[in-house]
Amino acid sequence: MAKEQLSENVFTAEVEVPLIARARKPGQFVIVSINNQYSERIPLTIADADPKKGTIRLIWQRVGKTTAELADLRQGDEIANISGPLGTPTHIENFGTVVCVGGGIGNAPLLPIARALKEAGNKIISILGARTKELLILEDEFSRISDELIITTDDGSYGQKALVTGPLGEICQREQKPDQAFAIGPAIMMKFCCEVTRQFNIPTQVSLNTIMVDGTGMCGGCRVEVDGKPKFVCVDGPEFDGHKVNFDLMTKRLNAYRKQEQKAHEQYKKHRCKIGLDK
Amino acid sequence: MTDKERQELLQQLLEKEKSGKLRPTDRFNIPPQDIPEQDPITRRGNVNEVALGYTETGARLEALRCLQCKKAPCIAGCPVQIRIRDFIAAIVDGNYGKALAIIKENSLLPAVCGRVCPQEVQCQQTCTVGIKFKDPTKAVSIGRLERFVADIDQDNESVPVVAPPTGMKVAVIGSGPGGIVAAADTRRAGHDVTIFEAFHKTGGVMVYGIPEFRLPKAIVQGEIDILKKMGVKIVCNFIVGRTKTIEQLMKEDRFNAVYIGVGAGLPRFMGIEGESLIGVYSANEYLTRANLMKAYDFGKGADTPIAISKKVAVIGGGNVAMDSARTAVRLGAEKVYLVYRRTEKEMPARIEEVHHAKEEGIEFHILQSPKRIIGDDNSHVTAIECLKYKLGEPDESGRRRPIPIEGSEFTIDLDTVIIAIGNIANPLIRQTTPGLQFNKWGNIIVDENCRTSLEGVYAGGDIVLGAATVILAMGQGRTAAAAINEYLEHQKEAQQEH
Repeated sequence: MAKEQLSENVFTAEVEVPLIARARKPGQFVIVSINNQYSERIPLTIADADPKKGTIRLIWQRVGKTTAELADLRQGDEIANISGPLGTPTHIENFGTVVCVGGGIGNAPLLPIARALKEAGNKIISILGARTKELLILEDEFSRISDELIITTDDGSYGQKALVTGPLGEICQREQKPDQAFAIGPAIMMKFCCEVTRQFNIPTQVSLNTIMVDGTGMCGGCRVEVDGKPKFVCVDGPEFDGHKVNFDLMTKRLNAYRKQEQKAHEQYKKHRCKIGLDK
Repeated sequence: MTDKERQELLQQLLEKEKSGKLRPTDRFNIPPQDIPEQDPITRRGNVNEVALGYTETGARLEALRCLQCKKAPCIAGCPVQIRIRDFIAAIVDGNYGKALAIIKENSLLPAVCGRVCPQEVQCQQTCTVGIKFKDPTKAVSIGRLERFVADIDQDNESVPVVAPPTGMKVAVIGSGPGGIVAAADTRRAGHDVTIFEAFHKTGGVMVYGIPEFRLPKAIVQGEIDILKKMGVKIVCNFIVGRTKTIEQLMKEDRFNAVYIGVGAGLPRFMGIEGESLIGVYSANEYLTRANLMKAYDFGKGADTPIAISKKVAVIGGGNVAMDSARTAVRLGAEKVYLVYRRTEKEMPARIEEVHHAKEEGIEFHILQSPKRIIGDDNSHVTAIECLKYKLGEPDESGRRRPIPIEGSEFTIDLDTVIIAIGNIANPLIRQTTPGLQFNKWGNIIVDENCRTSLEGVYAGGDIVLGAATVILAMGQGRTAAAAINEYLEHQKEAQQEH
């Protein structure tokens, strides 16, 4: 693999997995486990792929042990296990005007979807949000495929000082309101985007990234409540009608193992420091 | 009985047997031989195997209890018709290699089946000795004897002979018990065989589902190693239907035949309030975290966490429910309840598992079932509200139907709920394989040779049978392999004529 750091905690890597590179479609993800058979299995979005080279692009945020380990890999290192592509691909058609809202790391899964929507003839309005300028990723890629690109930062260090829901509300009130919305990012962002678009009856797809083990439907650990019923993100999703998703419950489920995850991350950081001292 | 007494008894009996003087009454008088087990208190704190296996003396004494019936009703009770009477006779003679060879004629995984087969509803149910005592637990312990001869062979495993290459390619989807047998049998015929496994580790339900304390992973690994030595190729992290479809495997990669043994699929939930709360698991998830990912070693080499539970309720009465409850005990839970809506008599679990579960302190709550799951403000489980049940008339399954008693609600306080009420078919193959026929439950339709509606495509195990057992999956793997071998022979002849 070939790795690059996009911001303080966001990394990207090009990984050679020819079969997945050829089979993947927008909206799909892979399950990765790094070292051995007892490494954690985590779902990661496929941000891009080059079927000819046989590579996929992964983008991830360093939040726990596994993502930190991944960030510590070097060019040419191997990842023990990658399986996929998983999940139901995005339904792509010519809706007309589509507003694509990305928040933080959510820009990564959004990019291939926005690109496919553009290729299908849609007019693309992209709204990309970040806490601060340094954390904004994939701006160039989005500017290439967007008919209109709006950047927001929480602290006003770049683009508009606003949350993504600000410009989203304005766009929804335009004379020619969007026909479809896609919102991908932190759960709280998707929740509030959906609350905005609901007022204007704009269908909104969201892409969820929950805790998974197998990623093929076997364990059910990734389930979320959609329209009051349990759905599996790995096989029924990862995309759902955002107006029907119970984001509050999903947020809590994402934190189910928080204490253990923090402990593991701390341990890893300590261990890594020791390795550094040895050198 | 002391070991010395046992040895003496064995000598006497063997002499009598040699001289043809051993009568059925003598055989009935031999006490059923128990196998040594880890003490229940000790084993609550470890994941090592519970049943330790026969000593040679114990095994031969147990084998002498077999009447060597002419009709051998045990064989009819075995899903793969192992020549049980003959392998037991070989144990009496001390010829364990011969005993194993006899078993291997019909079953490729004796170390596995000796441990996990529900013998009391198969071979041991029809055993004349058990019938004579009117107690199936007093039947000859065929399963333990099978395990005994298989374990002796562990160090000196024999690799089956492989026929010269045929130039034909077989894809086996799934590395569970059915897939292993299908791969071995088609490879023996000389075909070029590849197993595709979705997980990063082979073995299917034998590694993610059945716990270490019931079936050590090393035994499954031993079987996989034999396949490798035979020249079977194994590709992990390959999800047929996603990484490549069956059609692509056959057209692009030129596989001439395919065996689908993808197993059970999606966990069934109850459809009650609160099932998405934190602390509610499907048994599949709980066991996969614990077994496959070794969550009991979290922070000590394993990275997958699992709930740290004090009070756990497992819903269901099958082997998976027992495995989940016993796993929860080993993960440190103080109280584990098994909640089942019928009575112990109707439980589908093996008698031995029920017995072991009780020994380990699991509290059985029969004739009860949850009505809703209750959580706190943080969406963590705090209790289940249950209804009491009574039994009515038998239903389609032949078991008496459980009927809820109105107004009988009561709650059980807990922090973890594990739902072990079965699986529904995984739709992935259905969604990605046009032309393949399925029944209304989403299971693949096959004929008596495990042939599907698509030419060259065969299927077996849980994806065909719904919920089945290791031995039934193995049986279908074998049937399918025989049909594949025959089909490929015809294909080859047809090729040569052109």
